[in-house]
Amino acid sequence: MATTKKVSAIKNTPKHLLGIQNLTVLEAKDILNEAKSFIKLNRGSSKKLDVLRGKTQINLFFEPSTRTQSSFDLAGKRLGADVMTMNMSNSALKKGETLIDTAMTLNAMHPDIIVIRHQDSGAPNLLSQKVNCTVINAGDGRREHPTQALLDALTIINRKGNIEGLKIAICGDILHSRVARSNIYLMNMLGAEVNVIAPKTLMPKGIDNLGVKSFTDMKKGLDGCDIVMMLRLQNERMQGSFLPSKREYYEFFGLTPEKLKFAKKNALLMHPGPMNRGVEIDTKLADDINVSLVKEQVELGVAVRMACLKLYCK
Amino acid sequence: MKEKILTNVRIIDPSQKMDKIGNIIIDKKGKIKSIGKKSDTSNSAEKIDLKGMIAIPGLVDMKAFVGEPGFEYKENFRTLSQAALAGGVTSIVTMPNTKPIIDNVSMVDFIIRRGRDKAKVNLFPCASITRQKEGNQMTEFGLLKARGIIGFSDVNKTIQNTELMSRVMNYASDIDVLIMQHAEDYELAKNSCINQGEVATRLGLQGVSDIAEKIIIERDLSLLSEFPCRYHINQISSKNSLNVIKKNKSNGIKFSTGVSINNLSLNQNDIGEFRTFLKLSPPLRSEEDRISLIEGIKNDLIDVIVSDHIPEDEESKRLPFAQAATGSIGIETLLSLSLELYHNESLPLEKIIKCLTINPAKILKINKGTLKEGSDADICIFDLEKPWVVKAEELKSKSKNTAIENRKLQGKVKMTFLNGEIAYSN
Repeated sequence: MATTKKVSAIKNTPKHLLGIQNLTVLEAKDILNEAKSFIKLNRGSSKKLDVLRGKTQINLFFEPSTRTQSSFDLAGKRLGADVMTMNMSNSALKKGETLIDTAMTLNAMHPDIIVIRHQDSGAPNLLSQKVNCTVINAGDGRREHPTQALLDALTIINRKGNIEGLKIAICGDILHSRVARSNIYLMNMLGAEVNVIAPKTLMPKGIDNLGVKSFTDMKKGLDGCDIVMMLRLQNERMQGSFLPSKREYYEFFGLTPEKLKFAKKNALLMHPGPMNRGVEIDTKLADDINVSLVKEQVELGVAVRMACLKLYCK
Repeated sequence: MKEKILTNVRIIDPSQKMDKIGNIIIDKKGKIKSIGKKSDTSNSAEKIDLKGMIAIPGLVDMKAFVGEPGFEYKENFRTLSQAALAGGVTSIVTMPNTKPIIDNVSMVDFIIRRGRDKAKVNLFPCASITRQKEGNQMTEFGLLKARGIIGFSDVNKTIQNTELMSRVMNYASDIDVLIMQHAEDYELAKNSCINQGEVATRLGLQGVSDIAEKIIIERDLSLLSEFPCRYHINQISSKNSLNVIKKNKSNGIKFSTGVSINNLSLNQNDIGEFRTFLKLSPPLRSEEDRISLIEGIKNDLIDVIVSDHIPEDEESKRLPFAQAATGSIGIETLLSLSLELYHNESLPLEKIIKCLTINPAKILKINKGTLKEGSDADICIFDLEKPWVVKAEELKSKSKNTAIENRKLQGKVKMTFLNGEIAYSN
């Protein structure tokens, strides 16, 4: 009797995708393999599966988002789940309701998955302690954005076949970037060498301990790189005097065709979007289909999110 | 009250450099009649055999928050004194960040009356340095002192305005009041909730560099050389600050320094995955910093260990880390957690007790923290070896936000005497 109880207790504990930090290499590879199978499906004419039929997915977005939100929305729908998206940036929270209260309210409606985007680091972790369904992190503060890193990995694998042995540069506002952090963990995990490049004021302290080499010079940082990931420079950072001006930033850290030459000959360009053309990236370069993987990233994002939903919602 | 005689107890009283086994006789008025002597004078006295126990002066905690008035749901005088006595603390310096803030004479009268009625420990209230702790205009130091204010502190706020700070010191020097500063530069610490470094980077939280602390200490000590007053740094947290303190002390500048037991026993790694009970100010820093603070005590650069007791209700802590309230309770575990530093051979026992008794009493200029003959019989009796596990729900504070839940400690308070009466025993 006691044993049966124990087994059911384990079964009822949902898995959460809170960050790449909590993943094992095997788990990450499982997600990527699963995602591969969805790429084709998404390109076909009949895109609907019923893997998640009867399941309820709530997208809880406390921060505005276009691509991540729509990507999760589509991913859930294509797997047959009932998807509800709640835009919380102007909702009950403004009336003083705490994250926990909101979570408890939603939990009472028996969702199977909650996808959360929140401006505070650690909010998904807190949520996962209070609800009894799967929690998937769609970006929290400056901590993690696991599905973005996974879709970046899938995009690279799709082009290069493998991540192991590649050299990847991540450039821009590393300090405030959850995308950078998740990518650092994942690319390291999958065997790539990672360089981060940023002005000193946008480089977080202790970043070297995360297993990367840090540079303030694009020329040195891009040397020998197969992949160049550019990050968005958030305009609001200008007011905090992190940088003198956009013009100066573009001069030293904006990716131009000239600077791209510092990297390997066939180096590819990635950007999590949305882009500030002429601030961190040259506008023509951004649209150059021979170099830029930006559109592919968005496309494969849906596949990765389908894989995550499928594997984590059981 | 009957005379009491505590027999066969190991007495450690740094105020008279005493560490020996003997008897303590408490007279009918609740004062220490004799200490350390073997002879038993009175036969009618109530005998308490404390073989195997240690007697020290009741602890003096220089930094605790009592919720009254305004935050009774977090802590009140009754629960605070219960927690204090269970931890061997008999004298508490209370912080003025109540609602309303203690920055005027009428508030002082209220708090003293209320404390006298409800609390069972010696309370020494602080008033704020500036009105509403806004850092603009100094409070009435002279009048407040005359009404019984022991010292002045803006608690978790720092006077940013250098001119004002110089005037505070200049004015304070003339009327002999104690100024207690929380050292943190606002601009450098803006939005921060954790120490800057790898842990902050991993957790994605805004970190604060220890320079924010150091720069205020440097500024204040520069001013202090110009306007010598009774100046106390509430809590330091880093090796860098300690270096500044060392330099200034060797230059002959006179001031005192405190440290929270949390910063001596925990480091930033203990925050784990967003444990908000470990969100503290100053923040927990690196292991290197922690070790240097212990060295600081050893070398007399740090004079006082405080509990930095900040009761917070669950709702204020059950939030994402950046939004959660700052602080943890600690008055009840102050002694036991300090004894950990003895058991792990970081500090000698006598030194720890000194920082918890006579040192703060001297800084505050109060006749506490000693067991000299004639002084109030405020005594803490503890079992140095007794193992126990910290369980939040067993702690006496109204709020349960302990930073050391489930920590295995060695050494526990057995009895607390207040004015010769047994105020706590287990």
